[in-house]
Amino acid sequence: MRKFLLFLSVVIVGLIFIGRLFYLQVYTSTAHNLFEDNALRKVYDYPKRGFVYDRNGELLVANQPTYDVMVIPREVKPLDTLEFCNLLKIDKSKFIETYKKAYRYSPRLPSVFVAQLSKEDYAVLQEKMRKYEGFYIQKRSLRHYQRSIGANVLGDIGEVGHRDIKADPYYTMGDLKGKQGIEASYENILRGVKGLKFIQKDRFNRDIGPYKEGQFDILPEQGKDITITIDAELQEYGELLMQNKRGGVIAIEPSSGEILAMVAAPTYDPNLLVGRERSKNFTKLYNDTIAKPLFNRSLQGEYEPGSPFKLMNALIGLQEGVITPNETVTCYAGYKYGNRFMKCHCYIGRRNNMVSGIQESCNAYFATTYRKILDKNGNASEGIDTWSKHAKSFGLGNFLNNDLYVGQKGRIPDRDYYKHVYPNTFYSTYTISNAIGQGEVATTPIQLANMIAAIANRGYYYTPHIIKSIEGDTIPKRFTIPKHTTIAKQHFDPVIEGMHQVYKNGTAKWLQVKDIDICGKTGTVENFAIIDSVRTQLTDHSIFVAFAPKDNPKIALAVFVENGYWGSRFAGKVASLMIEKHIKGYITRTDLEDWLLRYGLEEEYAKPYSGEPFNINDKAIVQPVDDSEYNRLKELLKKFKTQ
Amino acid sequence: MVRETNRHFKFDWITIILFLLLVGFGWLNILSASHTGETIDYFDFSQPYGKQLIFILLTFGLIIIILSIEAKFYERFSSIIYIISMVSLVGLFLFGKNVNGATSWYAIGGMTLQPSEFAKAATALAVAKYISDLNTDINRFQDQIKTLAIIIIPALLVLLQNDTGSTIVYAAFFFVLYREGLPKMYLTLGIIVIILSVFSLKLGFLITSIISAIAIVTLHFLSKKRPPILKSIAALIFCIGLAYSVKFFYQDILKPHQQDRISLWLRLEKDPEKLEQMKKTFAYNLNESEKAISSGGITGRGFLEGTRTTGKFVPEQHTDYIFSTVGEEWGFLGSTMVVIVFVLLILRILHLAELQKSQFSRVYGYSVASIIFIHFLINIGMVMGLIPTIGIPLPLFSYGGSGLWAFTILLFIFIKLDSNKINEW
Repeated sequence: MRKFLLFLSVVIVGLIFIGRLFYLQVYTSTAHNLFEDNALRKVYDYPKRGFVYDRNGELLVANQPTYDVMVIPREVKPLDTLEFCNLLKIDKSKFIETYKKAYRYSPRLPSVFVAQLSKEDYAVLQEKMRKYEGFYIQKRSLRHYQRSIGANVLGDIGEVGHRDIKADPYYTMGDLKGKQGIEASYENILRGVKGLKFIQKDRFNRDIGPYKEGQFDILPEQGKDITITIDAELQEYGELLMQNKRGGVIAIEPSSGEILAMVAAPTYDPNLLVGRERSKNFTKLYNDTIAKPLFNRSLQGEYEPGSPFKLMNALIGLQEGVITPNETVTCYAGYKYGNRFMKCHCYIGRRNNMVSGIQESCNAYFATTYRKILDKNGNASEGIDTWSKHAKSFGLGNFLNNDLYVGQKGRIPDRDYYKHVYPNTFYSTYTISNAIGQGEVATTPIQLANMIAAIANRGYYYTPHIIKSIEGDTIPKRFTIPKHTTIAKQHFDPVIEGMHQVYKNGTAKWLQVKDIDICGKTGTVENFAIIDSVRTQLTDHSIFVAFAPKDNPKIALAVFVENGYWGSRFAGKVASLMIEKHIKGYITRTDLEDWLLRYGLEEEYAKPYSGEPFNINDKAIVQPVDDSEYNRLKELLKKFKTQ
Repeated sequence: MVRETNRHFKFDWITIILFLLLVGFGWLNILSASHTGETIDYFDFSQPYGKQLIFILLTFGLIIIILSIEAKFYERFSSIIYIISMVSLVGLFLFGKNVNGATSWYAIGGMTLQPSEFAKAATALAVAKYISDLNTDINRFQDQIKTLAIIIIPALLVLLQNDTGSTIVYAAFFFVLYREGLPKMYLTLGIIVIILSVFSLKLGFLITSIISAIAIVTLHFLSKKRPPILKSIAALIFCIGLAYSVKFFYQDILKPHQQDRISLWLRLEKDPEKLEQMKKTFAYNLNESEKAISSGGITGRGFLEGTRTTGKFVPEQHTDYIFSTVGEEWGFLGSTMVVIVFVLLILRILHLAELQKSQFSRVYGYSVASIIFIHFLINIGMVMGLIPTIGIPLPLFSYGGSGLWAFTILLFIFIKLDSNKINEW
């Protein structure tokens, strides 16, 4: 026994050591990660973020340098905080708070201490930086918007959050990332690849040379420039016309699906979201829950399309063979179904064929057509599925699957949708509002514009997109393959003729533009808001869709102006002017232009929040804007024209 | 003449090979831990790895000398060697050079010599000599005291020089004495003292007293041959007294930095901020060395490839913390190999010691095994955070000429004694 005490001790200690080694090196050891290794300094080299050009090659977005003060908390040595705070222009409580936050995030990974110093502050700080161990300056590049337009198109970049870093380990604290618009949807192309050098440190935190001769280093890769389909001139013009209004304008080139302009009103200067003021400004925009400047109405606004949707019903009717272009429907200043009545602007006894039905936007004509479609086989449920299928082939009722960062599905109801509402019986009259684009139908401006582009193309469309070209790369294939609708080509002619007549003799005859054959359709959509728990009707939305010229169309667009009343009052004017601007390059209808600058709808928008009873539609008078505002807009217009 | 030509065959080559493995592999790790640039000049005398290479080469000369000397010499002159060694320790108080707070070095020219390293071998010889004396009976209290004195003198001298680590090494002789017949009571006592100390520090005086009371009462009534009640009461008083004095010892005798080490080891400190503070100060080495070992993974980062080693993150890495280099660069496989080689070496020496015919050789061999074992236990245990920080080198592995030579002498005297066992009748 005495012989074995030491023998056993040695063996047991040996086993314990091996066990401990196993615990340290196998059980708790994660695969060695160069990023986690605090014996290596990671130096990032941020590449140039890609520039953005408009379709005519005009530079829209460039870069400007900025400097972040970074901190690695565990490397911080005691310092003269007072002097440091003065240099950074922060107070001591902010210093402590930021330091604690950085420490909580990680004691050994860098965090942003003060973001985006100006060049002047940087110059002062740079010389003194070596006094403050654990702090260093990281150069980054911020965006610089050449023109104050297209905030909703271009989007912005901002610092990544914890969630971004978790989702994609490429990012580290303080990196900038596209947050909205094309900055977000083309983030991977624009950002390039940041360079990374591993530098061996010693325990005094001194650099002692590149780690393994730099074999793990990553060379920076420049971000690629992109060209977008937006026409900056048209975009700026559209934004000017939409001042003091809310709504959206989408203009598409039908022959390619390229988005020429995408106006969301109200909008803001994209330069507001650059630099140290970003978060303050962002909060301000974000907190404006009434005007919602960050809400991209042209992509996210789901509206009942109203009368423009009649075009859809006409096309379906023709395709299903339930009407012919020449068949007439008599209007009794409305349409009677059961014991209910849908009013119409036509005089009693007017007989409309398809062209005049569209021209006069006859509710009776389309209610009849809609019922014929649904009742074709005597089964309204089957009928509505057919109807829904045709409408969806135009890209309605679902995401367009394009390269825009936000979007909405809209809504095209079908049998399933109504099953819950009408579980037992279902007749075509139940959903008669769909005939005139109200009821359960909802579209976003871009969907409606795309529908018009498909009509302009007589039966097909390209998925609307915003990328025109990428430096050294091609654009995704899905944007260059036409998508065919379920409507045969020959059925488009009477509908287009009807749209042409809208301009010639119909609801938009006051909006004609010399030498351009425009096809259009007005829309006036009832809408409601809940005010003090009472469903209250507001002034109708003004909607207009159009394309031009009639043959070889170059532009198709949809305009929504919230609470603008009838279609040609606001939306139609915007549409006509933008068509003229795009096709001719100059404006002859300066009367329309002047009217749009003169009249705004801010008072209309203020009504529901006033807490007082108010009048709508024909009982309300549209108010001109202040002279000062009008003059400001005039100034902008003048400056814009001389550019 | 026949004896002359066959001499080298009698040396235990297994031990020698294990020795060479440790020295060679140790040097590779010293190179890794101490090289500074891309180019390595192996004979750069200003660098630890260069110096160590020269120490190693000189070691071979030393080995030849040790093996050439007659085996009987070591036994006969053990007392003189011991006395010279003790004098050299005392001389430190007059001529010693102070390094890192310990006055343990003689500076001779550009070199330093650490006599406490050699004192272990001298003490081993003296203990072997005394115990193997026919007049000595280890069961006799008087002789126990005398043996203890031989051990205590060098231990006390190095303690006074502020070299706590080397003092603790003399505890190794407990194994030797126990093997040679020290009453079992001492072993029991030692284990009880260790357990009670840990309990008392970790759980507090009161709980420890209660636990020991329950244990003693249970033992008292369960024993078949019931011990006298007075004996049990005495044991209880002893336990309670010990539990109390441990507290006193910890708080009033230990220096603050020693308290901190124990408090960290037993996880007595609960305040996370204070713990963080500890990790940055005295526990920095331990923290870095554990991290370096962990980062090695299964296969290690490769020779000269460890970022923590290259960056000199672990202070004293080429001396006391050399094992963390093995951990980082050679991984679980390499570290386990080192542990196994040490275990084999110690067991081999033990085995040989048991085969000795003379008691002197056996006791000496046992001492060699025990001393290497204690170093191995404390050093690797400390580097991996298993025992409190105690600064002693890893035998044959760590940087340092005195250490290397002292262990070479210690080991090769035994190899010589072993080779001579055929003549011991």
